[in-house]
Amino acid sequence: MHAFDYAAPTTLADAVAQLAAHNGSARCLAGGTDLIDQMRIGRFAPRVLIDVKKIPELNVLSVDSAGLHLGAAVPCYRIYEDEAVNRDYTALADSSRIIGGVQIQSRASVGGNLCNSGPAADTTPSLIALEGICVIAGPNGTREVPVEEFCTGPGKNVLQPGELLVEIRMPPRPANSGSHYRRLIPRNEMDIAVVGVGASVVLDDGKQNFISARISLGAVAPTPLFAKEAGDALAGQAVNDESIAKAAAAAQKIVKPITDMRGTEEYREHATGVLVRRVLQTAVARARSEKVDYRPGH
Amino acid sequence: MSSKRVLSFTLNGDAVEVLAEPRQTLLEVLRDNLDMTGTKEGCSNGNCGACTVLMDGRPVVSCLVLGLEAEGAEVRTIEGVACGSHLDEVQAAFLEGAALQCGVCTPGFIMQSESLLAENPNPTEEEIRFYLAGNLCRCTGYDKIVRSVQAAAKKRQAATT
Repeated sequence: MHAFDYAAPTTLADAVAQLAAHNGSARCLAGGTDLIDQMRIGRFAPRVLIDVKKIPELNVLSVDSAGLHLGAAVPCYRIYEDEAVNRDYTALADSSRIIGGVQIQSRASVGGNLCNSGPAADTTPSLIALEGICVIAGPNGTREVPVEEFCTGPGKNVLQPGELLVEIRMPPRPANSGSHYRRLIPRNEMDIAVVGVGASVVLDDGKQNFISARISLGAVAPTPLFAKEAGDALAGQAVNDESIAKAAAAAQKIVKPITDMRGTEEYREHATGVLVRRVLQTAVARARSEKVDYRPGH
Repeated sequence: MSSKRVLSFTLNGDAVEVLAEPRQTLLEVLRDNLDMTGTKEGCSNGNCGACTVLMDGRPVVSCLVLGLEAEGAEVRTIEGVACGSHLDEVQAAFLEGAALQCGVCTPGFIMQSESLLAENPNPTEEEIRFYLAGNLCRCTGYDKIVRSVQAAAKKRQAATT
């Protein structure tokens, strides 16, 4: 790797100041599982790495009246070992369990995955389904951006020079809600999504009708997609194969996939429909507190 | 700009101190500064698991950890597994089960297996394969590795009951 300097600030204010001082030649380091690889192959050559893992706000993983606060540097293993996440924000746990392998999950953070802004990121569809809000700090203060607006293109996002992602906040979960993330990959593990789908559903008290649904798609466009219309159309609908199939067809309409070594456009479009059905069914089962037949990698 | 820093951490129970550049990964520090060449470099991008070590109790691929990030950490490598010449159950099982041929992936597999059994002393075959998914082997076809982990688990359970 090229030579660089390394700093590990212990306060958010210090990190923001250092980022500003280095004027675009510094990058933030959390888990490093994307950044270090990209530096090694020469994609990035920052002069300074600012290790953000000592900043308290970026290590928060807690639930309060505002919902789930997920610090940007929290590694995957802390997320899927958390009881509240598994119970109420299950799609996020699903995502965290399948990123890379166990060794990657010891280090990689959901915040870093989002900032890497890959079109096939496994966390972004879950964050969108769970109504995630990005909390961003910079020289001009703090601002918030919905996750579905964060990524702007492959590897690109709305962070301005000097800004860093502090946390992703997901609102409290309504009663009778369930969520799920699943991806299609050629192997069982350790692969990149051909298609990824995250969904969250809210059912009425009788658990026979949708109150609302959010569907998000990964790996089928330059950015992760929020299938707003497909989800909105489920509001008030009975939970059955027909309504779910309609939602899947609507989601299929918005994909803009490419043909690459993992699949053709046609295959990805078709697989989107299949996956949306399965993910909605699993989210419904979870909303009903039913047993689900889902094992990562199968 | 990239002046060397003093890096201190615990390696297999012993305090160590080296001078490292920020750009050196933990893998490079272990192999080049500390002559701990048991940990292998396979892919350099976190896919193959050959460089797996335990850091503060968690398995990590050391090619994606900067040496400086290990400041103050407790690091365990393959060199710390055997007790003198006495192999532990995982190592013995790998030998008896012919779970290695060229051996390059083996330290990574052993560290990952130790991590698995510490967390889950009685894993199913599926759990073993999922936990070891981040470790690649070109030689054995994995089957003997999985069986050896099962054998080691059994032996360790028997020893503690």
